[in-house]
Amino acid sequence: MLEIKNLHVKLEEEDKQILKGVDLTVEAGKVHAIMGPNGSGKSTLSYVLSGRDGYEVTDGEATLDGEDLLDLDPEERAAAGLFLAFQYPVEIPGVGNMTFLRTAVNAQRKARGEEEMSAAEFLKVVRAKAKTLKIDADMLKRPVNVGFSGGEKKRNEILQMAMLEPKMCILDETDSGLDVDAMKLVSEGVNALRSEGRSFLVITHYQRLLDHIKPDVVHIMAAGRIVKTGGPELALEVEQNGYADILAEIA
Amino acid sequence: MALPKLKQDATDARLAALDLPASGWSRSAREDALARVKATGLPSRRDEYWKYTQPDTLVQVDAPVAEVFDANETPIFNDFDRVKIVFVDGVFDADASDDLALEGVSIDRLADAGDIHWAKDVYGVLEARGQTPVERPLAALNTAFATDGLLIRVTKTPSKPIHITYKHAATNSDAILHHVVKVEAGAELTLLENGPAAARFNKCLEADIADGGKLHHIRAQGRDHQRRAATHMFARLGAESVFKSFTFTANGVLTRNECVIELTGDDAVAHVAGACMGDGDFLHDDTVFVTHDALNCESRQVFKKVLRNGATGVFQGKILVKPGAQKTDGYQISQSLLLDDDSQFLAKPELEIYADDVACSHGSTSGAIDDEGLFYLRSRGVPVDEATDLLTIAFLAEAVQEIEDEAIQEEIVSRIEGWLTRRRG
Ligand SMILES: Nc1ncnc2c1ncn2[C@@H]1O[C@H](COP(=O)(O)OP(=O)(O)OP(=O)(O)O)[C@@H](O)[C@H]1O
Ligand SMILES: [Mg+2]
Repeated sequence: MLEIKNLHVKLEEEDKQILKGVDLTVEAGKVHAIMGPNGSGKSTLSYVLSGRDGYEVTDGEATLDGEDLLDLDPEERAAAGLFLAFQYPVEIPGVGNMTFLRTAVNAQRKARGEEEMSAAEFLKVVRAKAKTLKIDADMLKRPVNVGFSGGEKKRNEILQMAMLEPKMCILDETDSGLDVDAMKLVSEGVNALRSEGRSFLVITHYQRLLDHIKPDVVHIMAAGRIVKTGGPELALEVEQNGYADILAEIA
Repeated sequence: MALPKLKQDATDARLAALDLPASGWSRSAREDALARVKATGLPSRRDEYWKYTQPDTLVQVDAPVAEVFDANETPIFNDFDRVKIVFVDGVFDADASDDLALEGVSIDRLADAGDIHWAKDVYGVLEARGQTPVERPLAALNTAFATDGLLIRVTKTPSKPIHITYKHAATNSDAILHHVVKVEAGAELTLLENGPAAARFNKCLEADIADGGKLHHIRAQGRDHQRRAATHMFARLGAESVFKSFTFTANGVLTRNECVIELTGDDAVAHVAGACMGDGDFLHDDTVFVTHDALNCESRQVFKKVLRNGATGVFQGKILVKPGAQKTDGYQISQSLLLDDDSQFLAKPELEIYADDVACSHGSTSGAIDDEGLFYLRSRGVPVDEATDLLTIAFLAEAVQEIEDEAIQEEIVSRIEGWLTRRRG
């Protein structure tokens, strides 16, 4: 599904290398988790994959089902099935959440040559999905993320994911800012989407989330590279001992 | 005091080319207005109030040639149930207009009005009040020389809006129209305006709103490229009255919209808003002056301009709170969205407050499309053009939301969307 090879990325504006040769393959239907110290480059990886400005790929490649991602515009990557749940979802004053969702769903359908969703059908689907995430009508009406609490923003990300039904979902610290109940809701939302054709890359600092969303593979990222890969037990090790042992081991 | 020579010459030349209409009841108001023009002279580029906008072409004797613009679209408000009144190059078009009968309202024409007593108390009166502390000579010129206009008196809330629609036919037409609206106590009117009026247009609207009266004014200017227009709106508000005015302006070489509002009765509310889109060598100037002279009044000025390809936006806005106008709630915001580096926004927000128990705020910003927002939308699959349009409409939202009527709001938004779609590379 997602294949990243030797990815090197620096900042466009500064001479600062952030990703220093990331290798990572996520197979179809699998859940991979990435853990790693603050500033190790996890969000940068997710931004580069989704096409944000400000980064320069100096080496390596990233493909989604064989298609070169790095050549595509952000909207083309989305239409190709890539989705990023942002660590810090953006507030967009003046654009209603519903309008935003409908525009996004229909833009992707159009890009794929599918028929647009009718207003009535859209309303039905969005209401049902919002309900399971405990997103009320008021939140749907309000401008995108404006005045949402941290947890509400994260739930709104998952609602977007549920509506867009991407095949490669990257979740960047979706658990941060969530209370215990919201974490359960969000995890259930994610688990409901798990399927053979859909993969997840879950970036997190805590085992807690991985108790709900069970990963197949866990990677440790440090200083711009994947330094260790293992099974779910790796996350438990991090939880108990922190990163010191792992980093010492590879040093 | 003698006027500077250039100003004197320009004023003399302009006045020499105009005849005072021989209308009975308005004669003395016109003569007074002419005296005001002579005393101040017409605006020149040296005047402080015109430092961002060159008045030369508004003042010169002949109207600069303006090609007739074929918008090639259904006119705005076309599907609305309303009384439509048409002026072509400033001349009333009876055939194209609806019957002027509307229950609760009397509609007369300035050009053929017999003795309209009530209009005498308003015509040129609000304009004259609006000449201090800042001179508005083009408005005085208008009062003196207006060839026609509507005299609208609302005694009871009518069943539908009045819609004045302007048409431009001759490339050198020079129109001067003066409308007067009097909303009597407790009555309510919606007044719509649209269309390119002439090659050059000088328009004045005086609105006198009695206690508890309401006037909603929605205007669409554009999309004629070569328009030159100077418009003035003078509104006087009685106690608990409401005045809400919204203007959508698209393109136009030179558009100066002045709005002068006087809150004279307690608990009155005045909102004036504008959304402007300029794409090209266009200039759009909103000059607003709101005077609070009563207790517990609210005023809002919300002006948003989307500029690109060398367009210039100007905003001069002032809130004056007179002594004793306690509990004033005054708000003013002017913002521009610059879609490229060639465009500019010039703003002069001002507050002058002589009362101590007031809440007034003002802000002015100029910026580009928010990159973070744009990326967020694109990452959800919204193509860059569409995402930019969404953010542009969002930018204008605060102004557009000042329109109370939802159908009218939708109509304006659809025009904005049309404008955006046409502008796409
Ligand atoms: N636009 C930028 N300008 C300057 N530095 C940047 C920029 N983007 C990323 N960095 C730097 O790159 C490094 C990696 O940042 P990144 O956000 O990817 O880390 P992270 O692993 O997601 O951290 P966290 O766990 O705290 O979310 C950090 O040192 C960060 O300061
Ligand atoms: Mg991060």
